[in-house]
Amino acid sequence: MKDFPYSESKDTRSGFGAGLLELGRTNPNVVALCADLVGSLKMGDFIKEFPERFFQVGIAEANMIGLAAGMTIGGKIPFTGTFANFSTGRVYDQIRQSVAYSGKNVKICASHAGLTLGEDGATHQILEDLGMMKMLPHMTVINPCDFNQTKAATIAIADYEGPVYLRFGRPVVPNFTPADQKFEIGKALMLNEGKDVTILATGHLVWKAILAGKLLAEQGIDAEIINIHTIKPLDTEAILASVRKTGCVVTAEEHNYNGGLGESVARVLAQQLPSPQEFVAVMDTFGESGTPEQLMEKYGLNEQSIVSAVQRVISRKK
Amino acid sequence: MNPFNYDADQLLNVAYQVRRDIVRMVHAVNSGHPGGSLGCTEFLVSLYFRQMTHKPEFDMNGIGEDLFFLSNGHISPVWYSTLARAGYFDPKELATFRKLNSRLQGHPATEEGLPGIRIASGSLGQGPSVATGAAQIKKLNGDDKLVYVLTGDGELEEGQVWEAAMYAAHHKVDNLIWTVDYNGQQIDGPVDAVMSLGNLRAKFEAFGWKVLNCDNGNNFASLIPVLDEAKALSGQGQPICILMNTQMGFGVDFMMGSHKWHGVAPNDAQLEQALVQLKETLNDY
Repeated sequence: MKDFPYSESKDTRSGFGAGLLELGRTNPNVVALCADLVGSLKMGDFIKEFPERFFQVGIAEANMIGLAAGMTIGGKIPFTGTFANFSTGRVYDQIRQSVAYSGKNVKICASHAGLTLGEDGATHQILEDLGMMKMLPHMTVINPCDFNQTKAATIAIADYEGPVYLRFGRPVVPNFTPADQKFEIGKALMLNEGKDVTILATGHLVWKAILAGKLLAEQGIDAEIINIHTIKPLDTEAILASVRKTGCVVTAEEHNYNGGLGESVARVLAQQLPSPQEFVAVMDTFGESGTPEQLMEKYGLNEQSIVSAVQRVISRKK
Repeated sequence: MNPFNYDADQLLNVAYQVRRDIVRMVHAVNSGHPGGSLGCTEFLVSLYFRQMTHKPEFDMNGIGEDLFFLSNGHISPVWYSTLARAGYFDPKELATFRKLNSRLQGHPATEEGLPGIRIASGSLGQGPSVATGAAQIKKLNGDDKLVYVLTGDGELEEGQVWEAAMYAAHHKVDNLIWTVDYNGQQIDGPVDAVMSLGNLRAKFEAFGWKVLNCDNGNNFASLIPVLDEAKALSGQGQPICILMNTQMGFGVDFMMGSHKWHGVAPNDAQLEQALVQLKETLNDY
C-alpha cells in the first residue's frame, strides 16, 4: 500500500475559494454570485479583489440560478455559491430549465455537502444532490477529495464549456493530492494499484478509502483504490479495467446509496461486467445533528465500514 | 437601430399576418396557446419591427443588441411567427410547430438551436431573473443596449419574480424593461378569482421600479409611446416596468376577452371563421 504524505489538513471549500481567486486573476470572464454565504463559501478574497465581478443575491437562490443563466449571455462564466442543499434541491427546476436544458455555461458551486457540516442537522445537510444533478442531461458532476483537488477542479471547470455541478464541504481533511496535479474532468485517478478488490471513492471518502487500504493491507488484502472525482461523465474505462483485474468493487461516497456514485457504477457493471459490489453510503435516510466524526461513524462512512464492505464483497467473489 | 423601423401602418400589416400564423399553427397541431399569443401580437411586433436594435443573423451573446426574453413561454406561437417574419428563419418552418424533430418546440428552447431563442422558458417565473442577469452583464461589458422581458400576469403568482424584482431595484439594473401582459386571465379563470394581484402598480413601485401603464397593448398608437417612454427612462438608476393591458385572444372575435382560449386550438370551422377576420398581408407560410 502506497503512502500518502501530507503536511496539513484543510477544508475543500477553501480550495474553491483559492481557485476562484486565481480564476479572477487569470480569466476576466469569470464572475461570481452568492446567496448570503460569502464567508461560508470562502469567496471573500475574490470579492475583495474583483468587486465589480461579484453579485450579492441575498437569500434568493432561485433568482441566483436564473441570474447566472442570464449572465452567460454576453460571454461571462458565472460561478454560483451556496450550500449544496440550496444549490440543488431548492432550485432544481431553475437549474433544469434555465441552465441544463438551455445548455448554459454556469458553474454551480456547492459547499457543506453531505453529512459533514455536522451540527446544523438534516435541513442543511444533503445526501441526494449527486443524484439530482447527474440525472440532468448536459450536466457535469464533480466531487473532489481535498483542498488541492478542489482548487484544481475550480480552475479546470472554467475552461470547460457547459453546466457543471461542483460539490465540496466544510470539514478539514488531509490535503494529500499534489498541488501541481492538473485536474482532468472525467478522468479517474489511480491512487493505489492492487489485485484483490477495487475501491471507488469520491469526495471525503477518498481519504477514508486510503485509511481502509492500510488496514486491509495488514490483513493481507491488496486493494486497488481509485479516486472518482467526476461522477458524470463517469470514467467507465478505468472502472472496467480495474474490476476486470480484481473481480469485485466497493463504492464509497458521502451520499444516499440511491442515486449516487454506487448506482452509476452498478449500471456500468450490470451492462458490461456483472460483478459483486458493496455500497458504502447512507442507506436512504436523512442525517441529523452531531459532530462530523460522530455522523460519519453512525452512518457508516468511515474506514471501518469500507473494510467491512471489502470483506463482504471478497467473500462473494466466485 | 431597428432593421425595419416600421411605422404604425406597417406594424399593423405585420400584426395581421402574425395573427394568421398563430391560429394556423395551433390549428395544425390541435394544441398550443392562441389566447395570450394573440393578445401580445402588437407588443412582439413592435419590439422586433420598431423598438429593438437586433440582428436576424442570430448571435447568442447579442453584444451591441437589445435582447428579448419571453418568460411566459407558452405564447411561443407569437414569438415564433414574429421571429420568422423578421427574418430569423424561414416562415415555412412555422409549419413544424410542436411536431416531432422540430426546432419550434411547444415552449421555446435552445436545445434545437432555433435562431432568436436565448433561453428555454415554460416553467414560469424564471425570465425576469435571466433577463436581469443578462442586463447586468451588458453593463459590465460596457454595452449600452437594453434587455426586455415579458411575463404573464398570472405568472406573477410565482415567488421567484419578486426575488428578481427586489434584486434588480437593489442593484439599479436600469437597462431592464419588464412588461407584464396584464390581460387578467389565467388557466383556471380570471386572475382576480384565482389569485388576485392587488395593486400591481403599487407593488412594483414599492419594490423600487418605475412603472408605466399602457392602456391598450392591442393598439399601436397606445403601445408605441409607452415603449418609447420606457426606453427614455432607462439609465436613471431604476428598472422599468410596463403594465400592459391587453385582451387575450385579440383580433379573433370569438376568442377575445376570455380565458377559454388560453390553451385550446380552433377546429376547422373556427379556423375558417378566424381567418376571415385576419387579412393575409404577407404570404401565408
